[in-house]
Amino acid sequence: MEQLLALFSDYTFQIVALGTGFLGLLSGVVGTYATLRKESLLGDALSHAALPGIALAFLLIGKKDLVYLLGGALISGLIATALIQWISKKSTVKFDNALSVVLSSFFGLGLVLLTHIQGLENANQAGLEKFIYGQASSMLLSDVQLLLAVGAGILVLVLLLWKELKVFAFDPVFTQTLGFQTRILQFILSAMIILTVIFGLESVGVILMSALLIGPAVAARQWSDRLGVVLILAGLFGMVSGVAGTFISSIGRQIPTGPTIVLVLSLIVMISLIFSPKRGLIIRWVNQRRKKKAYIKQIEEKQERSEKYAR
Amino acid sequence: MSEEAITLKHLTVAYQSVPVLWDVSLGFKKGKMTAIIGPNGAGKSTLIKAMLQLIKPLTGEVAFSLNDHQMAPYKEVKQQVAYVPQNSSVDWDFPTTVLDVVTMGRYGRLGWFKRAKKADKEIAAQQLAKVGMQTFADRQISQLSGGQRQRVFLARALAQEADIYLLDEPLAGVDMKTERIIMNLLHELVAEGKTVIVVHHDLQTVEEYFDEVVFINRSLMAAGSVSSAFTDKNIEETYRTDQNVGERSAQP
Repeated sequence: MEQLLALFSDYTFQIVALGTGFLGLLSGVVGTYATLRKESLLGDALSHAALPGIALAFLLIGKKDLVYLLGGALISGLIATALIQWISKKSTVKFDNALSVVLSSFFGLGLVLLTHIQGLENANQAGLEKFIYGQASSMLLSDVQLLLAVGAGILVLVLLLWKELKVFAFDPVFTQTLGFQTRILQFILSAMIILTVIFGLESVGVILMSALLIGPAVAARQWSDRLGVVLILAGLFGMVSGVAGTFISSIGRQIPTGPTIVLVLSLIVMISLIFSPKRGLIIRWVNQRRKKKAYIKQIEEKQERSEKYAR
Repeated sequence: MSEEAITLKHLTVAYQSVPVLWDVSLGFKKGKMTAIIGPNGAGKSTLIKAMLQLIKPLTGEVAFSLNDHQMAPYKEVKQQVAYVPQNSSVDWDFPTTVLDVVTMGRYGRLGWFKRAKKADKEIAAQQLAKVGMQTFADRQISQLSGGQRQRVFLARALAQEADIYLLDEPLAGVDMKTERIIMNLLHELVAEGKTVIVVHHDLQTVEEYFDEVVFINRSLMAAGSVSSAFTDKNIEETYRTDQNVGERSAQP
């Protein structure tokens, strides 16, 4: 108990929990739009493809300055997503295949470069592999401050463009005929997804970042049919996962933050899928049985009646 | 001679290198109800989408004439042109209500950043009542039948309070009640002097529902008033052959 209290009052823990909690909130909100627009897989590609960018940025600059590393991540992520779009548009290869080819080759390149870096004699080299699984404890106050500033900007934009993003996510073609430049809306949406993913790389890691984007949205959708409520719930689920995951990984030693956050999130997703009062597995099963029984009863009654007439 | 609401000149549309519409020059009469008919894959939806700049035509012009505009490009009259897409084009599991979807028809008039006000919601509710769906206002949209979805899309277009209405197969796969409601409302629009253009698939009802008819099969086959142009000869010619336009002329 005392240990827990000590942890909660620990300055580093507070900073890190603030960071991952806010990241979860942001992922929930942005991820809801990404899944509604069916673009969540692009987030997956972006985060995996960020790894070689991180490694190359380190090789070029020679130090672990987060801004440069994330800059490298951004560039290689963008190259990969552009490559995917280009391949699926210009060649006969379908989008999902193009995505998995590009995603895994970039990720493979990233792993090769990281292994190479680990063999270098450079005191700075240690710790780059945190980007694979995420290590939230390495978040600095300045990292969290940057995340808060950019994230707040994104949330304000979501509020300002509430109706535009809603109608665009629902029906982009109609949105265009209303006179809105859908290219601008698409750019804003993509930029929000990209920024969220890039900010998640340090604490959640390249492999599991897309889970933090998709999970809260999927869970939240189970509980409401209103976009506003879904967004708030998704933000809440993401935040709880972030804080709880950070907490658990801080208690033990050598527990990476990313997987822990995603495990907490998976639990929320699972509960939502099973127990949601409208869309959950249980209620659907109950309804199905009820209907079946009602039909059987109807048919039996009909048979009885016709038998009576026959007599 | 009545005026033209939309004038097409040499409109040619291609997907990648395959031409889908070849050199269509055509006028849609103002204040009339026009059917666009032709076999599957004839380019009817493409024609509408090209008119709305949703697909960029290879060449050709589309000009709109309204009360305060003459031969204007689409971007100047966007708010006056309402479009009802095929209802299969959206995700009906989207977390939103029926009234919300209809209110989206007001967004264009509101412009960027402004929120829908009470007045907009009221207009949306009125349109919903017109299509006989007022009791569904708070329902999630996935709970609707195909016909009800189509009526919601029509209500959304009505909420735009436009002068020209373009509808892509609004009667495809809908029940009789929906068909009657939709056609009554479209006739009301025409009676108010608005222009209605419908991609239509049912040859049986053309004479009953429409004033004008346009036959399309990759290129313009025939056009005119239903009484003069809706002939067995035009129908047969439009539906007879698979038109492979452009291929001959593209090869040396």
